[in-house]
Amino acid sequence: MIELLTSLVPETWAMHAPALLIVIPMLAGPFCAFLPNGRLAWIVSIVATGLSLLMALVLLAQVRSVEGGAVISYAMGGWAPPAGIEFRIDALNSVVLLLVTGIGFLASIFAWPTVQAEIRKAKRAMFFGTYLICFTGLCGVASTADAFNLFVFLEISSLATYVLVALGAGRDRRALPAAGNYLILGTIGASFFVVGVGFLYAATGTLNMAELSVMLREVADSKAVMAGYAFIFVGLGIKAAMFPLHQWLPSAYAYSPSFITMFLAATATKVAIYALIRFLFTVFGLDFTFEGSSLIWVLMPMGIAAMLACSFQAVFQTDVKRTLAYSSVAQVGYMLLGVSIGTAAGVAAGMFHLVNHGIIKGGLFMAVAAVVLMHKGTTLNDFRGIGRTAPLTMTAFAISALSLIGVPLTAGFQSKYALVSALLEHGWWWGAAVVMFSSVLAVVYMGRILELVFFRAPLNPNKKHSEAPMLILIPLWIMALASLWIGIQGSFVAGLASDAASALFIGDVR
Amino acid sequence: MVEFVLERGNYWAIIGLMMIGLFIAFSASNLIKRLIGLGLFQTSIILIYVSLSRIDGGTAPILFGADYKKAKHGEDHAGDAAHGAAEYGSDAAHGAYDTASKGLEHVYSNPLPHVLMLTAIVVGVATLAVGLAIIVRIREAYGTIEADEIREQDIEVAIAQAADEAQEREAAQGASGA
Repeated sequence: MIELLTSLVPETWAMHAPALLIVIPMLAGPFCAFLPNGRLAWIVSIVATGLSLLMALVLLAQVRSVEGGAVISYAMGGWAPPAGIEFRIDALNSVVLLLVTGIGFLASIFAWPTVQAEIRKAKRAMFFGTYLICFTGLCGVASTADAFNLFVFLEISSLATYVLVALGAGRDRRALPAAGNYLILGTIGASFFVVGVGFLYAATGTLNMAELSVMLREVADSKAVMAGYAFIFVGLGIKAAMFPLHQWLPSAYAYSPSFITMFLAATATKVAIYALIRFLFTVFGLDFTFEGSSLIWVLMPMGIAAMLACSFQAVFQTDVKRTLAYSSVAQVGYMLLGVSIGTAAGVAAGMFHLVNHGIIKGGLFMAVAAVVLMHKGTTLNDFRGIGRTAPLTMTAFAISALSLIGVPLTAGFQSKYALVSALLEHGWWWGAAVVMFSSVLAVVYMGRILELVFFRAPLNPNKKHSEAPMLILIPLWIMALASLWIGIQGSFVAGLASDAASALFIGDVR
Repeated sequence: MVEFVLERGNYWAIIGLMMIGLFIAFSASNLIKRLIGLGLFQTSIILIYVSLSRIDGGTAPILFGADYKKAKHGEDHAGDAAHGAAEYGSDAAHGAYDTASKGLEHVYSNPLPHVLMLTAIVVGVATLAVGLAIIVRIREAYGTIEADEIREQDIEVAIAQAADEAQEREAAQGASGA
């Protein structure tokens, strides 16, 4: 199917796909902001994200046309790297790009009903413009091969995110302090990252990642490089909501507009984790001075702590959005645990879970958005008995929820299985035990919601519920069916993930 | 020892500024003060980059005098100004790059960190603008910009909501019971 789609794309487009992927939404964003009404802006954003998705598919096809994954290098503006900015697409980021653009496209389709309900009329066009800028930033982080350029894209997406989170104030004023906190922590994270890049630049004199990875080998013992490593690790850790640095996430997810929660939960932290993987394995490499020990003594304990502590916190939340937000931090823990194993199988499991979790959480938050739209609330009581009046919405919710728990025949099972077998292969049986235990906690917190949805009578029978509109149902079911499809026929996505990991370990950096 | 400390005076100043900024950003309860701390933190990063690019006796990275003439004549061996500037970026490890190998008479500072910091300044200004806009909205919604007062108000509202909900539940149960 990918071949059919990509054969429709003109050759010049295919040649410039890495640039077009970014440039289309970047230009469409400001254009949206000047449109007179929200509906037009919505259509423009669907078209722009759709074109980006097409470009991502083209890139994926190009990368996969060679056994083991080709590397596409694109010199921005014709300035040859390393002096110019290079975009480099390999097996790893083509997957991330596909996830971000795919989720972005589905999210823009589903956006209209919830935006209509939650955002004031005068602001809708601006809202979609900001969303496209955020989308641009995330795609940019995933495709650039220049360390400083990555910082710029990170800040483009983050600044747009702060605005979008704050727009939740129409529904709940607590969105404002949440956005304020996120702004301060997010900016500190990005600043840490840029300090780290500064140290690397001081030691090597280059910003191109491929060149950095070669030159860093010669100066790996210098204190500046070690400090740079620490700064980059912590900075990206904040952006990825690594366990003790996740404080911004629950409030930001809980109070932002439903559409934004869904988009951010499925993409933003994933892209930061991608950047972390890129720096850990491409730029520094496992043989770097203390990377091995930082994986074992920092990343792994933090991953496990996230899986346990945040799953427990999720159990005690009374707001469904907050439950899901804490569960997101816990799931980030799974991915980091996979990465911390430091083997190709481990990183592949982490990447597999990253993609699956994007699809699962996207589906869950879409269903929550439908409930917000129909019922104006996200507390547990609002979810009582909805299964009877909105069976289609809630069945999709249930499929995603089961997938989050990791029931066989769902995507969550496949990636947890990959993670557990990678852990056992490495001899970390206790890690596998923690994965199991944390999944049991997921049964508790998701099962609690499912029980209320399907087996309890509505609290107040006078309140009317109804099925979500088609525009929400269709993307929601696409997500739910995707997670079933991956669960039954997991080899395609698992193959993408293991190609991504082997590109990091075997693939020549050139 | 004293020499070691004094030689790196700029870095000590930067570390001091950075830590002060970070401390304010975390500890101040007034939101505007937090943004000021953040601004200080970001500015200290700009100082790091700028002091990285400095070389003893270096001048602004614009070719002049003999270098300029040489560049004009020798365009065939990659000597034009723009290209020269781009090459500095990849060669200027530690800011001390070899003038002789390029055949230049004057010593130039590395322009790349300055350019990067122009971008970082823009990012900083945008962050400050978004932050201030959010604070204005917080003031409108809560009537205060003190973080702890905002938290108190949130807790009060949450307690009131929980009480409302309990009442609603009782009412519903009473209705179904009757």
